Amino acid sequence: MHGHAPLARGDGRVLFLPMSQSRPAALEAVAVAKRFGPVTALDGVSLEIAAGECVALIGESGSGKTTLLRCFNRLTHPDQGQVLVGGADVARGDPVLLRRTIGYVPQEGGLLPHWRVLRNVALVPWLRGEPDGEAKASAALRLVGLEPEAFARRWPRDLSGGQRQRVAVARALALRPEVVLLDEPFGALDAITRADLQSTFLAVRRELGFTAVLVTHDIAEAFLLADRVAVLREGRLEQIDSPERLRTAPGTPYVAELLRRARVA
Amino acid sequence: MSALLLALLWGAAVVQTPEAAPVVVGSKPFGESYVLAEMFAQLLEARGIRVQRRLGLGATEIAFGALRSGAADVYPEYTGTGLLAILGERPAADPAEVYDRVSREFRRRWGMRWLPPLGFENTYAVAVRRGTADSLGLRTLSDLARVGARLRAGLTPDFIGRPDGLPGLQGAYGLRFAGVRALLPAVKYQALAAGEVDVIDGYSTDGFIARYDLVVLRDDRRFFPPYEAAALIGRRLAEHRPDAVAALTELGGRLDVETMRRLNRRLEVDGEPIPRVAREALVELGLLGGTIEPARSASRRQGVWQYMWEQRRTLASLTARHLLLVLISLGAAVAVAVPVGLGLERLPGGAEGVIRGAGVLQTLPGIALLAFMIPLLGIGVAPALVALFLYSLYPILRNTYSGVRDAAPEAVAAGRALGMTPRQILRWVRLPLAAPVIMAGIRTAAVINVGTATLAAFIGAGGLGDPIAAGLALSDSRMILSGALPAALLALLVDGVLGWCERWVRPGGG
Repeated sequence: MHGHAPLARGDGRVLFLPMSQSRPAALEAVAVAKRFGPVTALDGVSLEIAAGECVALIGESGSGKTTLLRCFNRLTHPDQGQVLVGGADVARGDPVLLRRTIGYVPQEGGLLPHWRVLRNVALVPWLRGEPDGEAKASAALRLVGLEPEAFARRWPRDLSGGQRQRVAVARALALRPEVVLLDEPFGALDAITRADLQSTFLAVRRELGFTAVLVTHDIAEAFLLADRVAVLREGRLEQIDSPERLRTAPGTPYVAELLRRARVA
Repeated sequence: MSALLLALLWGAAVVQTPEAAPVVVGSKPFGESYVLAEMFAQLLEARGIRVQRRLGLGATEIAFGALRSGAADVYPEYTGTGLLAILGERPAADPAEVYDRVSREFRRRWGMRWLPPLGFENTYAVAVRRGTADSLGLRTLSDLARVGARLRAGLTPDFIGRPDGLPGLQGAYGLRFAGVRALLPAVKYQALAAGEVDVIDGYSTDGFIARYDLVVLRDDRRFFPPYEAAALIGRRLAEHRPDAVAALTELGGRLDVETMRRLNRRLEVDGEPIPRVAREALVELGLLGGTIEPARSASRRQGVWQYMWEQRRTLASLTARHLLLVLISLGAAVAVAVPVGLGLERLPGGAEGVIRGAGVLQTLPGIALLAFMIPLLGIGVAPALVALFLYSLYPILRNTYSGVRDAAPEAVAAGRALGMTPRQILRWVRLPLAAPVIMAGIRTAAVINVGTATLAAFIGAGGLGDPIAAGLALSDSRMILSGALPAALLALLVDGVLGWCERWVRPGGG
């Protein structure tokens, strides 16, 4: 049950409910502000992300998109404002325990180079003391299209860039988290490999239905993968809408210009 | 950690002196001091007294420091050195007056005793090539003062600094040179013979003066104070071992300057082994039974390999001692520097300061560091281990810190983002990835350590520095090589073994 899921009513009619009315948002930022020395990274950003939704954060370098992403698993602590995951304020709990419940895919994979593939994927189950970590890791590998028999015992350095990113996605999904954060996950790949990974990501998300926040500099990728796209500019939220609405009704001249240059408008 | 280190040091010290205290005989690192100390030792042994030899102790500072701290019981010293270098008093011209003065002061201050002088003076001498003396008409130091500005001097660092050396000479004779180079005793004579310098300092009993046909310039203004040789004994011996004092007193007045010069020539020029020269000198003096073998092999003509083969038992035990010094000090340095380096990663602000502090230690000259430690740790194994430990810290600390800091930043960031604690990141990511860099630091430290451990000889800790120090003192390159070659091999061996270990700690199966 997620996203804009069709709810069956007693009278047989189907009703689409906006998630904010049915239950708390999966992720929420309330007036989040963050400065790094003299630089303002986030300047009062508020947004809600529904369970099962995929939101892409786009914007130029320095727009604050990665900083916002990192607030959700408390890799960054906001100076002001609130960040909620599943309705709970992340500032209240232990950030380490929080991170173990949230999938994370960094740009360069960030696989531990001295661990074999299976051990890498089983990282979070191991951190949480889960039984059957390796079985769960094998299942996650299958999910991203890597046969455990062929890949489990290999070293990260023996994989192609695309395979490494698949392993990183599998690692994030090993315990089937409800929320996955992706920081330019396919940015360093060539176009063909990137397209393969994008379709894998779409398929996996369709199967598991997790909530996803995706930082990308590739506007076409954002439009392909996300339910809604948030445009950030100098630490402020310029507009957040579905790709269709962004295309047809850009909220500001900046958004219109951004889309025109990306040739997606 | 420091408790562990102390335990190691203590263990090593106990290994060094397992039984009731023998009489510890020391010497400074030059031929005459070696042979006199060896004569002391053999004489004591002949009188039934157990002896431990700590020969070749650094220089006056270290030998005297050893006596004062009780780490040595007796060594040959010169009254002039006692007066000027140790007491820091003004020179006096009359030998008896100097002897009385040092006897009284040493007993009052430190409970030490100067035994009756051995019978010869070994004062400073200023020497030139015969050709220089003839062409410039040099006979006295006053003659030298006239032409000094045209000549280059090569002087021992000791002589350049001490008041009864160059500074005093400049005052007394108005002596100036075109240039002054600091030269170690071992190279001084060759440098003079090769014409690199024109004037050197030496000792009146030097065997080399005859060998190189040098002219000793007469001290016509009686500037150099009397340097009568005598056994200087420490408080413990003076108060509790009358048997040893009596035995050593037998040598009083028995060695004249010709005898001493002859003994020095046998050592320094003919390359005869110290124990034999000492034994035969005692036999000739009637202090020891036995005979003198007439046939002497021209041992100095022996090749270095043959020499090393003959010395193989000694060299093997010196190598073992050397390795022990290296392993204990290196082990302690690893045990301290790796955890500290890991800890520093947590306080990046203070890290560079701590590492630079260890770097400054690295720049201290080995002998200076050893000299500083004598008041704290005496001589022997303990200060050597501490010095080697201190020298090993820097490379290990530096590599541990930077290795851990710079290890795979993406992997570290991902580990953190997926919920690893800082401790888990250190244990499972940074440390294994930094292991090869840390290992490289340990290898660097080990190679430095093997080399530096040769200095341990100067504070009586033994090891392969013993033949190097003795060889330098006697200008015997074969003896130097017999210590230096095994030390170099040891460095290669230690590096090789650690290199093998490095493969073993490398993460991710190589």
